Amino acid sequence: MMNKKIYERPVLRKVVEGIPNKFGSLKRLRPIEFIDNVSINSLIDKYGSPVFVLSEKTIRETYRSAYRAFSTRYPKVQFAWSYKTNYLDAVCRIFHQEGSWAEVVSGFEYEKALDNGISGNKIIFNGPDKSKKDLIRAIKNNSLIHIDHFDELYTIIELSKELEETPQVAIRINMDTGIIPQWDRFGFNYENGEAWNAVNRILSTGKIELIGLHTHIGTYISTSKAYEIAIRKLAELANKTYERFQTSIEYIDIGGGFASQNTLQGAYLPATDTTPSFDDYAHAITTAMIAEKFPNNIAPTLILETGRALIDDAGWLAGTVLANKRLADGNRAMVIDTGVNLMFTAFWYDHEIYPVKETSFQSEPTTIYGPLCMNIDVIRKKIDFPLLNKGDRFVIKRVGAYTMTQWMQFITYRPNIVLIDENEEVHLIRKEEDKEVFRRQELIPDHLKND
Amino acid sequence: MSKLNSIAISDNGFLFKPSTGESFTTNEIGLIILNLLKEGKTHEEIINSIMEEFDVDEINAGRDLYEFLDFLKKENLID
Repeated sequence: MMNKKIYERPVLRKVVEGIPNKFGSLKRLRPIEFIDNVSINSLIDKYGSPVFVLSEKTIRETYRSAYRAFSTRYPKVQFAWSYKTNYLDAVCRIFHQEGSWAEVVSGFEYEKALDNGISGNKIIFNGPDKSKKDLIRAIKNNSLIHIDHFDELYTIIELSKELEETPQVAIRINMDTGIIPQWDRFGFNYENGEAWNAVNRILSTGKIELIGLHTHIGTYISTSKAYEIAIRKLAELANKTYERFQTSIEYIDIGGGFASQNTLQGAYLPATDTTPSFDDYAHAITTAMIAEKFPNNIAPTLILETGRALIDDAGWLAGTVLANKRLADGNRAMVIDTGVNLMFTAFWYDHEIYPVKETSFQSEPTTIYGPLCMNIDVIRKKIDFPLLNKGDRFVIKRVGAYTMTQWMQFITYRPNIVLIDENEEVHLIRKEEDKEVFRRQELIPDHLKND
Repeated sequence: MSKLNSIAISDNGFLFKPSTGESFTTNEIGLIILNLLKEGKTHEEIINSIMEEFDVDEINAGRDLYEFLDFLKKENLID
Protein backbone atom coordinates (compact mmCIF):
# COMPACT_ATOMS: atom_id res chain seq x y z
CA MET A 1 0.00 0.00 0.00
CA MET A 2 1.14 3.48 -0.81
CA ASN A 3 2.27 5.61 2.11
CA LYS A 4 -0.39 8.12 2.98
CA LYS A 5 0.44 11.76 3.53
CA ILE A 6 0.76 13.19 7.04
CA TYR A 7 -2.58 14.55 8.11
CA GLU A 8 -3.09 17.91 9.71
CA ARG A 9 -6.32 19.56 10.68
CA PRO A 10 -7.88 22.03 8.23
CA VAL A 11 -7.43 25.63 9.33
CA LEU A 12 -8.88 28.90 8.23
CA ARG A 13 -7.28 32.17 9.20
CA LYS A 14 -8.60 35.55 8.43
CA VAL A 15 -6.01 37.91 6.98
CA VAL A 16 -6.20 41.06 9.06
CA GLU A 17 -4.70 44.16 7.55
CA GLY A 18 -3.09 46.97 9.44
CA ILE A 19 -2.18 45.09 12.60
CA PRO A 20 1.20 43.58 11.93
CA ASN A 21 2.65 41.49 14.71
CA LYS A 22 5.29 43.65 16.38
CA PHE A 23 7.65 40.69 16.60
CA GLY A 24 7.38 39.95 12.89
CA SER A 25 6.35 36.60 11.55
CA LEU A 26 7.19 33.64 13.70
CA LYS A 27 9.84 31.34 12.45
CA ARG A 28 8.63 27.78 12.38
CA LEU A 29 9.00 25.96 15.65
CA ARG A 30 11.49 23.16 15.08
CA PRO A 31 10.58 19.95 16.83
CA ILE A 32 12.92 18.56 19.49
CA GLU A 33 13.23 14.81 19.10
CA PHE A 34 16.26 14.00 21.21
CA ILE A 35 17.80 14.91 24.53
CA ASP A 36 21.50 14.01 24.56
CA ASN A 37 20.87 11.71 21.58
CA VAL A 38 18.18 9.75 23.45
CA SER A 39 14.83 9.82 21.66
CA ILE A 40 12.09 11.48 23.68
CA ASN A 41 9.55 9.05 22.23
CA SER A 42 11.53 6.10 23.57
CA LEU A 43 11.66 7.75 27.02
CA ILE A 44 7.89 8.23 27.10
CA ASP A 45 7.30 4.70 25.80
CA LYS A 46 9.40 3.27 28.59
CA TYR A 47 8.79 5.62 31.50
CA GLY A 48 5.28 6.88 30.81
CA SER A 49 3.87 10.30 30.18
CA PRO A 50 4.67 12.78 31.50
CA VAL A 51 8.30 12.22 32.44
CA PHE A 52 10.97 14.55 33.74
CA VAL A 53 14.34 14.15 32.04
CA LEU A 54 17.64 15.44 33.42
CA SER A 55 20.89 15.67 31.51
CA GLU A 56 24.00 14.89 33.55
CA LYS A 57 26.14 16.26 30.76
CA THR A 58 24.40 19.63 30.88
CA ILE A 59 24.63 19.78 34.68
CA ARG A 60 28.37 19.14 34.65
CA GLU A 61 29.06 21.46 31.75
CA THR A 62 27.05 24.27 33.32
CA TYR A 63 28.76 23.84 36.68
CA ARG A 64 32.18 23.81 35.10
CA SER A 65 31.60 26.95 33.10
CA ALA A 66 30.28 28.75 36.19
CA TYR A 67 33.22 27.58 38.29
CA ARG A 68 35.66 28.55 35.57
CA ALA A 69 34.14 32.03 35.29
CA PHE A 70 34.80 32.71 38.98
CA SER A 71 37.97 30.71 39.63
CA THR A 72 39.87 32.34 36.79
CA ARG A 73 39.14 35.74 38.31
CA TYR A 74 39.48 35.14 42.06
CA PRO A 75 41.84 32.91 44.03
CA LYS A 76 39.46 31.22 46.48
CA VAL A 77 36.06 30.19 45.18
CA GLN A 78 33.64 27.66 46.62
CA PHE A 79 30.20 26.75 45.29
CA ALA A 80 27.52 25.33 47.58
CA TRP A 81 24.67 23.50 45.88
CA SER A 82 21.34 25.08 46.72
CA TYR A 83 19.31 22.03 47.73
CA LYS A 84 15.93 23.71 47.50
CA THR A 85 16.39 24.26 43.76
CA ASN A 86 16.56 20.53 43.12
CA TYR A 87 17.24 18.07 45.91
CA LEU A 88 17.03 14.81 44.04
CA ASP A 89 19.89 12.76 45.48
CA ALA A 90 21.32 11.96 42.06
CA VAL A 91 21.42 15.65 41.15
CA CYS A 92 23.01 16.69 44.45
CA ARG A 93 25.63 13.98 44.12
CA ILE A 94 26.63 15.24 40.67
CA PHE A 95 27.23 18.71 42.12
CA HIS A 96 29.09 17.24 45.10
CA GLN A 97 31.30 15.19 42.76
CA GLU A 98 32.10 18.42 40.94
CA GLY A 99 33.23 19.92 44.24
CA SER A 100 30.16 21.74 45.48
CA TRP A 101 29.32 21.91 49.16
CA ALA A 102 25.69 21.78 50.26
CA GLU A 103 23.50 24.79 51.03
CA VAL A 104 20.38 23.73 52.93
CA VAL A 105 17.46 25.60 54.46
CA SER A 106 15.70 22.98 56.57
CA GLY A 107 16.27 19.92 58.71
CA PHE A 108 14.97 17.77 55.87
CA GLU A 109 17.51 19.16 53.41
CA TYR A 110 20.22 18.88 56.05
CA GLU A 111 19.51 15.17 56.44
CA LYS A 112 19.58 14.72 52.69
CA ALA A 113 22.99 16.41 52.48
CA LEU A 114 24.42 14.08 55.13
CA ASP A 115 22.95 11.07 53.30
CA ASN A 116 24.62 12.30 50.14
CA GLY A 117 27.97 11.96 51.86
CA ILE A 118 28.74 15.60 52.53
CA SER A 119 30.60 16.13 55.77
CA GLY A 120 29.00 18.46 58.30
CA ASN A 121 31.65 21.18 57.93
CA LYS A 122 30.74 21.53 54.25
CA ILE A 123 27.07 22.16 54.88
CA ILE A 124 25.85 25.74 54.95
CA PHE A 125 22.67 25.91 56.98
CA ASN A 126 20.54 28.88 55.91
CA GLY A 127 17.00 30.05 56.38
CA PRO A 128 14.70 31.32 59.10
CA ASP A 129 13.44 27.88 60.19
CA LYS A 130 16.01 25.88 62.15
CA SER A 131 14.61 23.91 65.07
CA LYS A 132 16.55 23.46 68.28
CA LYS A 133 17.14 19.85 67.26
CA ASP A 134 18.45 20.97 63.86
CA LEU A 135 20.79 23.47 65.51
CA ILE A 136 22.19 20.92 67.98
CA ARG A 137 23.01 18.55 65.13
CA ALA A 138 24.54 21.35 63.04
CA ILE A 139 26.68 22.55 65.96
CA LYS A 140 27.91 19.03 66.73
CA ASN A 141 28.76 18.49 63.04
CA ASN A 142 30.65 21.81 62.78
CA SER A 143 28.32 23.00 60.05
CA LEU A 144 28.29 26.61 58.94
CA ILE A 145 25.20 28.09 60.50
CA HIS A 146 24.01 31.27 58.83
CA ILE A 147 22.01 33.16 61.41
CA ASP A 148 18.86 34.86 60.19
CA HIS A 149 17.45 36.63 63.26
CA PHE A 150 18.15 37.45 66.92
CA ASP A 151 15.90 34.71 68.32
CA GLU A 152 18.02 32.18 66.51
CA LEU A 153 21.20 33.86 67.71
CA TYR A 154 20.06 33.60 71.34
CA THR A 155 19.17 29.93 70.90
CA ILE A 156 22.68 29.33 69.58
CA ILE A 157 24.25 31.23 72.49
CA GLU A 158 22.24 29.07 74.88
CA LEU A 159 23.22 25.88 73.07
CA SER A 160 26.90 26.77 73.01
CA LYS A 161 26.80 26.86 76.82
CA GLU A 162 24.69 23.71 77.14
CA LEU A 163 26.71 21.62 74.68
CA GLU A 164 30.11 23.07 75.51
CA GLU A 165 30.81 23.29 71.81
CA THR A 166 31.93 26.23 69.70
CA PRO A 167 29.38 26.82 66.97
CA GLN A 168 30.70 28.17 63.68
CA VAL A 169 28.43 30.84 62.35
CA ALA A 170 27.97 33.50 59.73
CA ILE A 171 25.34 36.17 59.73
CA ARG A 172 23.06 36.97 56.90
CA ILE A 173 22.96 40.67 56.18
CA ASN A 174 20.45 42.67 54.19
CA MET A 175 21.32 46.10 52.91
CA ASP A 176 20.54 48.91 50.54
CA THR A 177 22.50 48.40 47.34
CA GLY A 178 20.30 50.59 45.19
CA ILE A 179 18.33 47.55 44.08
CA ILE A 180 14.56 47.64 44.27
CA PRO A 181 12.93 45.74 45.87
CA GLN A 182 15.34 45.63 48.77
CA TRP A 183 15.24 42.18 50.31
CA ASP A 184 14.93 42.95 53.98
CA ARG A 185 13.08 39.95 55.30
CA PHE A 186 16.16 37.77 55.66
CA GLY A 187 19.00 38.47 58.02
CA PHE A 188 20.13 41.57 59.88
CA ASN A 189 20.04 45.03 58.39
CA TYR A 190 23.31 46.76 57.70
CA GLU A 191 22.27 50.41 57.61
CA ASN A 192 20.40 50.51 60.91
CA GLY A 193 23.27 48.88 62.79
CA GLU A 194 21.53 45.57 63.44
CA ALA A 195 24.24 43.59 61.69
CA TRP A 196 26.97 45.23 63.78
CA ASN A 197 24.93 44.52 66.93
CA ALA A 198 24.71 40.87 65.92
CA VAL A 199 28.47 40.71 65.40
CA ASN A 200 28.97 42.19 68.88
CA ARG A 201 26.52 39.79 70.52
CA ILE A 202 28.20 36.82 68.87
CA LEU A 203 31.80 37.70 69.60
CA SER A 204 31.27 39.05 73.10
CA THR A 205 30.15 35.58 74.21
CA GLY A 206 33.60 34.22 73.42
CA LYS A 207 31.93 30.89 72.74
CA ILE A 208 30.87 31.34 69.14
CA GLU A 209 33.11 31.66 66.12
CA LEU A 210 32.06 34.19 63.50
CA ILE A 211 33.62 32.95 60.31
CA GLY A 212 31.52 34.37 57.51
CA LEU A 213 29.32 37.15 56.23
CA HIS A 214 26.46 36.36 53.91
CA THR A 215 24.28 38.55 51.77
CA HIS A 216 21.92 37.97 48.90
CA ILE A 217 20.97 41.18 47.18
CA GLY A 218 18.22 39.83 44.96
CA THR A 219 17.65 37.95 41.74
CA TYR A 220 18.22 39.04 38.15
CA ILE A 221 20.86 41.54 39.24
CA SER A 222 22.98 42.48 36.28
CA THR A 223 24.50 45.75 37.43
CA SER A 224 27.96 45.39 38.84
CA LYS A 225 27.37 48.55 40.88
CA ALA A 226 25.03 46.69 43.23
CA TYR A 227 27.65 44.03 43.95
CA GLU A 228 30.28 46.70 44.45
CA ILE A 229 28.13 48.40 47.09
CA ALA A 230 27.28 45.10 48.78
CA ILE A 231 30.87 43.93 48.95
CA ARG A 232 32.13 47.32 50.16
CA LYS A 233 29.66 47.20 53.05
CA LEU A 234 30.63 43.64 53.95
CA ALA A 235 34.32 44.59 53.85
CA GLU A 236 33.65 47.54 56.17
CA LEU A 237 31.94 45.20 58.59
CA ALA A 238 34.79 42.68 58.36
CA ASN A 239 37.34 45.42 59.09
CA LYS A 240 35.37 46.80 62.02
CA THR A 241 35.05 43.26 63.40
CA TYR A 242 38.78 42.74 63.13
CA GLU A 243 39.59 46.05 64.81
CA ARG A 244 37.43 45.34 67.82
CA PHE A 245 37.74 41.56 68.22
CA GLN A 246 40.83 40.57 66.19
CA THR A 247 38.62 38.05 64.41
CA SER A 248 39.14 37.55 60.69
CA ILE A 249 36.21 36.76 58.49
CA GLU A 250 37.12 33.66 56.50
CA TYR A 251 34.49 33.84 53.83
CA ILE A 252 32.04 36.10 52.06
CA ASP A 253 28.92 34.34 50.82
CA ILE A 254 27.34 36.38 48.06
CA GLY A 255 24.30 34.08 47.73
CA GLY A 256 22.80 33.13 44.43
CA GLY A 257 19.99 34.56 42.41
CA PHE A 258 21.68 34.35 39.05
CA ALA A 259 18.98 34.29 36.41
CA SER A 260 18.38 31.32 34.14
CA GLN A 261 17.50 31.71 30.49
CA ASN A 262 13.80 31.27 31.09
CA THR A 263 11.83 34.36 30.11
CA LEU A 264 9.84 35.99 32.89
CA GLN A 265 6.23 36.71 31.99
CA GLY A 266 5.81 40.25 30.76
CA ALA A 267 9.44 40.58 29.72
CA TYR A 268 9.79 42.43 26.43
CA LEU A 269 12.74 40.44 25.14
CA PRO A 270 13.45 36.73 25.48
CA ALA A 271 15.75 35.94 28.39
CA THR A 272 18.16 34.15 26.07
CA ASP A 273 19.01 37.64 24.80
CA THR A 274 19.07 39.47 28.11
CA THR A 275 20.29 37.11 30.82
CA PRO A 276 23.80 37.98 32.01
CA SER A 277 26.33 35.18 31.57
CA PHE A 278 28.35 33.60 34.38
CA ASP A 279 31.24 35.71 33.16
CA ASP A 280 29.20 38.89 33.56
CA TYR A 281 28.32 37.98 37.15
CA ALA A 282 31.84 36.78 37.90
CA HIS A 283 33.33 39.97 36.55
CA ALA A 284 31.05 42.16 38.64
CA ILE A 285 31.51 40.20 41.86
CA THR A 286 35.22 39.41 41.71
CA THR A 287 36.18 42.93 40.60
CA ALA A 288 34.45 44.25 43.71
CA MET A 289 36.05 41.59 45.94
CA ILE A 290 39.51 42.40 44.67
CA ALA A 291 39.02 46.16 44.97
CA GLU A 292 38.19 45.96 48.68
CA LYS A 293 40.75 45.68 51.43
CA PHE A 294 39.98 42.96 53.94
CA PRO A 295 41.78 42.56 57.32
CA ASN A 296 45.52 41.74 56.98
CA ASN A 297 45.08 41.95 53.22
CA ILE A 298 43.90 38.35 53.25
CA ALA A 299 41.30 37.68 50.61
CA PRO A 300 38.36 35.80 52.10
CA THR A 301 36.96 32.75 50.31
CA LEU A 302 34.11 33.66 47.98
CA ILE A 303 31.13 31.35 48.42
CA LEU A 304 28.37 31.15 45.80
CA GLU A 305 25.02 29.48 46.31
CA THR A 306 23.61 29.82 42.86
CA GLY A 307 20.94 27.22 42.10
CA ARG A 308 18.61 28.11 39.28
CA ALA A 309 21.28 29.09 36.75
CA LEU A 310 23.11 25.80 37.31
CA ILE A 311 20.24 23.37 36.86
CA ASP A 312 17.41 24.94 34.86
CA ASP A 313 18.85 24.09 31.44
CA ALA A 314 19.48 20.46 32.40
CA GLY A 315 15.81 19.67 33.05
CA TRP A 316 13.12 18.75 30.51
CA LEU A 317 9.50 17.69 30.84
CA ALA A 318 8.08 15.48 28.10
CA GLY A 319 4.38 14.72 27.81
CA THR A 320 1.35 14.09 25.65
CA VAL A 321 -1.49 16.14 24.19
CA LEU A 322 -4.81 15.11 25.73
CA ALA A 323 -7.23 17.17 23.65
CA ASN A 324 -7.79 20.16 21.46
CA LYS A 325 -10.76 22.40 21.80
CA ARG A 326 -12.19 25.74 20.79
CA LEU A 327 -12.80 28.38 23.39
CA ALA A 328 -15.95 30.49 23.34
CA ASP A 329 -14.12 33.27 21.49
CA GLY A 330 -13.04 30.87 18.74
CA ASN A 331 -9.46 30.63 19.97
CA ARG A 332 -7.73 27.30 20.06
CA ALA A 333 -6.92 25.55 23.30
CA MET A 334 -4.77 22.51 23.81
CA VAL A 335 -4.93 20.37 26.94
CA ILE A 336 -1.72 18.56 27.89
CA ASP A 337 -0.95 16.06 30.63
CA THR A 338 1.40 18.34 32.58
CA GLY A 339 -0.07 21.17 34.56
CA VAL A 340 0.96 23.64 37.20
CA ASN A 341 1.06 20.71 39.61
CA LEU A 342 4.38 19.77 37.98
CA MET A 343 5.35 23.21 36.75
CA PHE A 344 4.72 25.67 39.49
CA THR A 345 7.15 27.83 37.59
CA ALA A 346 4.57 28.35 34.79
CA PHE A 347 3.06 31.05 37.01
CA TRP A 348 6.03 33.33 36.36
CA TYR A 349 7.87 31.93 33.35
CA ASP A 350 6.95 31.72 29.70
CA HIS A 351 8.25 28.17 29.33
CA GLU A 352 9.38 27.11 25.88
CA ILE A 353 7.39 24.18 24.56
CA TYR A 354 8.17 22.18 21.42
CA PRO A 355 6.54 19.36 19.49
CA VAL A 356 8.56 16.13 19.54
CA LYS A 357 7.75 15.30 15.92
CA GLU A 358 7.12 17.37 12.81
CA THR A 359 3.35 17.15 12.53
CA SER A 360 2.09 20.32 10.99
CA PHE A 361 3.29 23.20 8.90
CA GLN A 362 0.60 25.47 10.23
CA SER A 363 0.52 27.17 13.55
CA GLU A 364 -2.28 28.94 15.30
CA PRO A 365 -2.54 31.10 18.43
CA THR A 366 -3.08 28.48 21.11
CA THR A 367 -3.56 28.54 24.85
CA ILE A 368 -2.01 25.52 26.50
CA TYR A 369 -3.78 24.16 29.56
CA GLY A 370 -2.74 21.50 32.03
CA PRO A 371 -5.01 18.60 32.99
CA LEU A 372 -6.13 19.86 36.39
CA CYS A 373 -9.71 20.78 37.15
CA MET A 374 -8.64 24.30 37.97
CA ASN A 375 -8.99 27.46 35.97
CA ILE A 376 -5.50 28.63 36.88
CA ASP A 377 -3.89 25.61 35.26
CA VAL A 378 -2.43 27.45 32.29
CA ILE A 379 0.98 26.55 30.89
CA ARG A 380 1.15 29.15 28.10
CA LYS A 381 -1.31 31.82 27.05
CA LYS A 382 -1.97 32.34 23.34
CA ILE A 383 1.30 31.32 21.78
CA ASP A 384 1.75 30.51 18.13
CA PHE A 385 1.88 26.74 18.20
CA PRO A 386 1.67 24.00 15.56
CA LEU A 387 -1.51 22.00 15.34
CA LEU A 388 -0.73 18.94 17.42
CA ASN A 389 -3.31 16.17 17.60
CA LYS A 390 -4.49 14.16 20.55
CA GLY A 391 -1.75 11.70 21.47
CA ASP A 392 1.06 13.78 19.96
CA ARG A 393 3.99 14.46 22.23
CA PHE A 394 5.70 17.65 23.30
CA VAL A 395 8.67 18.62 25.40
CA ILE A 396 9.14 21.64 27.66
CA LYS A 397 12.59 23.13 27.94
CA ARG A 398 14.43 24.44 31.02
CA VAL A 399 12.45 22.99 33.88
CA GLY A 400 15.34 21.80 36.07
CA ALA A 401 14.95 24.41 38.81
CA TYR A 402 12.24 24.34 41.48
CA THR A 403 9.82 22.14 39.51
CA MET A 404 10.91 18.90 41.17
CA THR A 405 10.90 20.47 44.64
CA GLN A 406 7.84 22.71 44.48
CA TRP A 407 5.60 20.27 42.61
CA MET A 408 2.26 19.38 44.10
CA GLN A 409 0.57 16.07 44.47
CA PHE A 410 -2.91 17.04 43.33
CA ILE A 411 -5.47 14.60 41.88
CA THR A 412 -2.76 12.49 40.29
CA TYR A 413 0.61 10.86 40.95
CA ARG A 414 3.93 12.54 40.43
CA PRO A 415 5.74 11.04 37.44
CA ASN A 416 9.04 9.27 36.89
CA ILE A 417 12.25 11.27 36.73
CA VAL A 418 15.10 9.92 34.63
CA LEU A 419 18.72 10.98 34.29
CA ILE A 420 20.67 10.61 31.06
CA ASP A 421 24.29 10.08 32.04
CA GLU A 422 27.34 11.21 30.08
CA ASN A 423 27.42 7.92 28.16
CA GLU A 424 23.80 8.48 27.12
CA GLU A 425 22.55 5.71 29.39
CA VAL A 426 19.17 6.35 30.99
CA HIS A 427 18.66 5.87 34.74
CA LEU A 428 15.44 6.09 36.69
CA ILE A 429 16.27 8.39 39.63
CA ARG A 430 12.83 8.90 41.16
CA LYS A 431 10.01 6.43 40.78
CA GLU A 432 6.54 7.58 39.89
CA GLU A 433 4.15 7.49 42.81
CA ASP A 434 1.34 4.99 43.08
CA LYS A 435 -1.53 4.49 45.46
CA GLU A 436 0.64 2.57 47.92
CA VAL A 437 2.76 5.67 48.48
CA PHE A 438 -0.32 7.47 49.76
CA ARG A 439 -1.84 4.47 51.51
CA ARG A 440 1.32 4.24 53.60
CA GLN A 441 0.85 7.77 54.85
CA GLU A 442 -2.82 7.51 55.71
CA LEU A 443 -4.46 5.93 58.75
CA ILE A 444 -8.09 4.88 58.93
CA PRO A 445 -9.82 5.03 62.35
CA ASP A 446 -11.39 1.70 63.40
CA HIS A 447 -14.97 2.89 63.06
CA LEU A 448 -14.40 3.75 59.40
CA LYS A 449 -12.87 0.44 58.44
CA ASN A 450 -14.73 -2.01 56.24
CA ASP A 451 -14.85 -5.51 57.67
CA MET B 1 -22.94 26.07 -2.54
CA SER B 2 -23.59 29.27 -4.41
CA LYS B 3 -21.74 31.36 -1.85
CA LEU B 4 -18.55 29.41 -2.23
CA ASN B 5 -18.61 29.85 -6.00
CA SER B 6 -18.36 33.61 -5.63
CA ILE B 7 -15.09 33.31 -3.71
CA ALA B 8 -11.72 33.37 -5.42
CA ILE B 9 -9.59 30.48 -4.18
CA SER B 10 -5.94 30.25 -5.26
CA ASP B 11 -4.02 27.00 -5.58
CA ASN B 12 -1.85 27.79 -2.58
CA GLY B 13 -4.73 28.37 -0.20
CA PHE B 14 -5.44 32.07 -0.41
CA LEU B 15 -9.14 33.02 -0.34
CA PHE B 16 -10.62 36.35 -1.42
CA LYS B 17 -14.22 37.37 -0.92
CA PRO B 18 -14.96 40.17 -3.38
CA SER B 19 -18.29 41.12 -1.81
CA THR B 20 -16.66 42.23 1.43
CA GLY B 21 -12.99 42.53 0.52
CA GLU B 22 -12.02 39.99 3.20
CA SER B 23 -9.27 37.49 2.62
CA PHE B 24 -8.32 34.26 4.36
CA THR B 25 -5.60 31.65 4.28
CA THR B 26 -6.05 27.92 4.65
CA ASN B 27 -3.84 24.84 4.55
CA GLU B 28 -3.68 21.87 2.19
CA ILE B 29 -6.54 19.94 3.79
CA GLY B 30 -8.66 23.06 4.02
CA LEU B 31 -8.12 23.64 0.31
CA ILE B 32 -9.11 20.08 -0.54
CA ILE B 33 -12.27 20.40 1.51
CA LEU B 34 -13.19 23.72 -0.14
CA ASN B 35 -12.71 22.27 -3.60
CA LEU B 36 -14.79 19.20 -2.77
CA LEU B 37 -17.51 21.41 -1.34
CA LYS B 38 -17.53 23.40 -4.55
CA GLU B 39 -17.96 20.17 -6.48
CA GLY B 40 -21.05 19.55 -4.36
CA LYS B 41 -19.69 16.51 -2.54
CA THR B 42 -21.44 15.36 0.64
CA HIS B 43 -19.70 15.38 4.00
CA GLU B 44 -19.30 11.59 3.93
CA GLU B 45 -17.69 11.74 0.50
CA ILE B 46 -15.29 14.44 1.69
CA ILE B 47 -14.30 12.42 4.76
CA ASN B 48 -13.70 9.36 2.58
CA SER B 49 -11.50 11.15 0.12
CA ILE B 50 -9.43 12.68 2.94
CA MET B 51 -9.00 9.23 4.49
CA GLU B 52 -7.85 7.84 1.15
CA GLU B 53 -5.16 10.44 0.73
CA PHE B 54 -4.04 11.06 4.33
CA ASP B 55 -3.10 9.05 7.36
CA VAL B 56 -6.20 9.74 9.48
CA ASP B 57 -9.18 7.78 10.78
CA GLU B 58 -12.85 8.53 10.21
CA ILE B 59 -13.50 9.94 13.67
CA ASN B 60 -10.71 12.49 13.53
CA ALA B 61 -11.30 13.45 9.93
CA GLY B 62 -15.00 13.94 10.66
CA ARG B 63 -14.41 15.93 13.83
CA ASP B 64 -12.04 18.30 12.07
CA LEU B 65 -14.29 18.64 9.02
CA TYR B 66 -17.27 19.72 11.11
CA GLU B 67 -15.16 22.19 13.02
CA PHE B 68 -13.87 23.61 9.75
CA LEU B 69 -17.42 23.89 8.38
CA ASP B 70 -18.38 25.83 11.51
CA PHE B 71 -15.60 28.29 10.76
CA LEU B 72 -16.70 28.69 7.18
CA LYS B 73 -20.23 29.39 8.41
CA LYS B 74 -19.02 31.86 10.99
CA GLU B 75 -17.14 33.76 8.31
CA ASN B 76 -20.19 33.58 6.09
CA LEU B 77 -18.38 31.65 3.39
CA ILE B 78 -21.02 28.89 3.21
CA ASP B 79 -24.68 28.65 4.19
